[in-house]
Amino acid sequence: MSSNKSGVLMSDEASKGLISPLRRKLLMGMAALPAITMLPRPSLADVPATSVVNTTGLAVTDTGVTVGILHSATGTMAISETGSIEAEKLAIEQINAAGGVLGRKIKFIQEDGASDWPTFAEKAKKLLVNDKVAAIMGCWTSASRKAVLPVVEQYNGMLYYPTFYEGLEQSKNVIYTGQEATQQILAGLNWIAKEKGAKTFFFIGSDYIWPRTSNKIGRKHVENVLKGKVVGEEYYALGSTQFNSVINKIKLTKPDVIFTDVVGGSNVAFYKQLKAAGIDLAKQPLLTISVTEDEIDGIGGENIAGAYACMKYFQSLDNPNNKAFVPAFKKMWGEKTVIGDVTQAAYLGPWLWKLTVEKAGSFDVDKIAAASPGVEFKGAPEGYVRIHENHHLWSKTRVGRAKLDGQFELIYETADLVEPDPFPKGYQ
Amino acid sequence: MFGDYSIGDLGSIFVMQGFAGLILFSVYVLMALGLAIIFGQMGVINMAHGEFMILGAYVTWMTSNLFQTYLPSLFGGYFFLAMILAFVASGALGMLVEWALIRHLYKRPLDTLLATWGLSLMLQQAYRSVFGAREVGVELPQWMLGSLHVTDSIEVPINGVFVMCLTVLITIGVAYVMFKSRWGRQVRAVVQNRIMAGAVGINTEKVDRYTFGLGCGIAGVAGSAFTMIGSTGPTSGQLYIVDTFLVVVFGGAASLLGTIASAFSISQTQSTLEFFMSGSMAKVLTLLAVVGILMLRPQGLFALKVRK
Repeated sequence: MSSNKSGVLMSDEASKGLISPLRRKLLMGMAALPAITMLPRPSLADVPATSVVNTTGLAVTDTGVTVGILHSATGTMAISETGSIEAEKLAIEQINAAGGVLGRKIKFIQEDGASDWPTFAEKAKKLLVNDKVAAIMGCWTSASRKAVLPVVEQYNGMLYYPTFYEGLEQSKNVIYTGQEATQQILAGLNWIAKEKGAKTFFFIGSDYIWPRTSNKIGRKHVENVLKGKVVGEEYYALGSTQFNSVINKIKLTKPDVIFTDVVGGSNVAFYKQLKAAGIDLAKQPLLTISVTEDEIDGIGGENIAGAYACMKYFQSLDNPNNKAFVPAFKKMWGEKTVIGDVTQAAYLGPWLWKLTVEKAGSFDVDKIAAASPGVEFKGAPEGYVRIHENHHLWSKTRVGRAKLDGQFELIYETADLVEPDPFPKGYQ
Repeated sequence: MFGDYSIGDLGSIFVMQGFAGLILFSVYVLMALGLAIIFGQMGVINMAHGEFMILGAYVTWMTSNLFQTYLPSLFGGYFFLAMILAFVASGALGMLVEWALIRHLYKRPLDTLLATWGLSLMLQQAYRSVFGAREVGVELPQWMLGSLHVTDSIEVPINGVFVMCLTVLITIGVAYVMFKSRWGRQVRAVVQNRIMAGAVGINTEKVDRYTFGLGCGIAGVAGSAFTMIGSTGPTSGQLYIVDTFLVVVFGGAASLLGTIASAFSISQTQSTLEFFMSGSMAKVLTLLAVVGILMLRPQGLFALKVRK
């Protein structure tokens, strides 16, 4: 925390130096303001003056406000991040169509993180220092978020981060619109233990921080709470394409549930080989936390039909918000596009920011950070979300079952919103 | 770890693990053959090998879409046509690349590394622009899915058997072309002494172009076959490149037999280790063993004695 504080102090000093010429311009602009108000522009009457809503020199004018979109449009991660970019652009367009934020239209500057973490940090700095964006919608992998975090803290920016992730992080300058690990995993494990009477679990994941942390939480939960047994825990290097050995181990140990968090190209190889090895997911329960509708596009519905996925959103959700969201998304990005969990979470970012700005009555980052807890978005495609004091979202956990056509059928959802708990006690 | 299991269980698991090793072996041979020809015979370090494979995979995907739309009754057999088309497409692109890029760099082998790496980036972005950033799902005919039921506990994946047969066929084909045909003699002559080969009337430029094309074409077939076991996306080629180079370098760059021996030893080591420890640990130990052996024997397992 201490590094955080000193970062904020530094940014105040730094920004003062940078802003003074801009502030002078603003004052000149304000001198001209009485003349403008005499013009017949009634809509401006409801719009609060820029000098009031923007005291820190962000890119806010009388008619517009600029935000940044920072994802990988090229490189390995483009596969995953394309959906997020599309969702954020849709949200911005919808907000503008509904009148914008505090009477100002949102403009966006899109930067490409190119699947390279230092590039993410550099582009975040560019967005904050040169473009003075009011908020950044961005990052996907934890590695890119970890690279951007010190930058948004130093220059006091606001980051809306969409991906479900391993937790163990909290920042004044970040709103996490995806689930942290306990929100995603625990309810799903409880459900499958109860529903299938599962006692033995086999964990398999890609070898990096998110699967390892998630499986650690999963293992503790299985052993301490569900009183079950973990019969195997295996990790394969990112990009592995050969899973026959681990599939044989699964056949040998005959677990009640296979629990997977394999990602990327490995995902496709894993399910294809599972199917080829004669493991029938209709009979062998498999719970995954890494497969959304996006991934099934590559895996092929016939290879994964029958598997259970633990998410907070499925494209097939039956609620009025989602019934408006899905056609709007398809109209903008094509009939064939699918919408996964993270894409929906990315869509929440611009909306939560808009609602927070309106609650705070200001674009100032400090005021937004302070006003965020308690902000609720009733139009969320997943139903309803609210920001917690720890800047994560209250949201429901859902279990869906993959169908042949690549969609999920909703099987179970928690009755209440699940509280986000990025630093879970007893799970570390 | 085996105390809890019956003898029958263990027996069938070892049989299946043996198959898993053989399948891995076939996959390694298939992906390394094309590179072994290009790297071994021509000395070109082709970093874009994975992208030539993925071109084959995309061709397969397009063929499957075409059959689904226009010839659904023949869908069961589309894969064979797809493999031929993949060979032609990747081979043609390979020859084009050789003509436009590689032939200017024969005297600067390290520069081919940079140039083909750049080429791989360009191809990735081209795939992304043409086919989209998301992975595509290649639908397989029904008979290629699932497994052969041998006994209650032994099941052999059909796609694995398919890859094995394909690898055997292609290896025999390549061996025949290289060691029995007139053209193969020319290739070997050029490898041994380019100037002399030219002096006796062999068109070395043409031999180079077709050798490169053949290597890329085989990469395309490999990519086509791997749609059964892996993903098809703009950057999927990167998943194979490291293993491919490992197999070729470990085997001894100029020897096809070496490539096969190295694929066999690496795949068996890896699949045995994978069974007794976790996947990433097995990979680490395999790589350590390879590094150790290469330190003792830098020329690889098999090396041809070539007069420089």
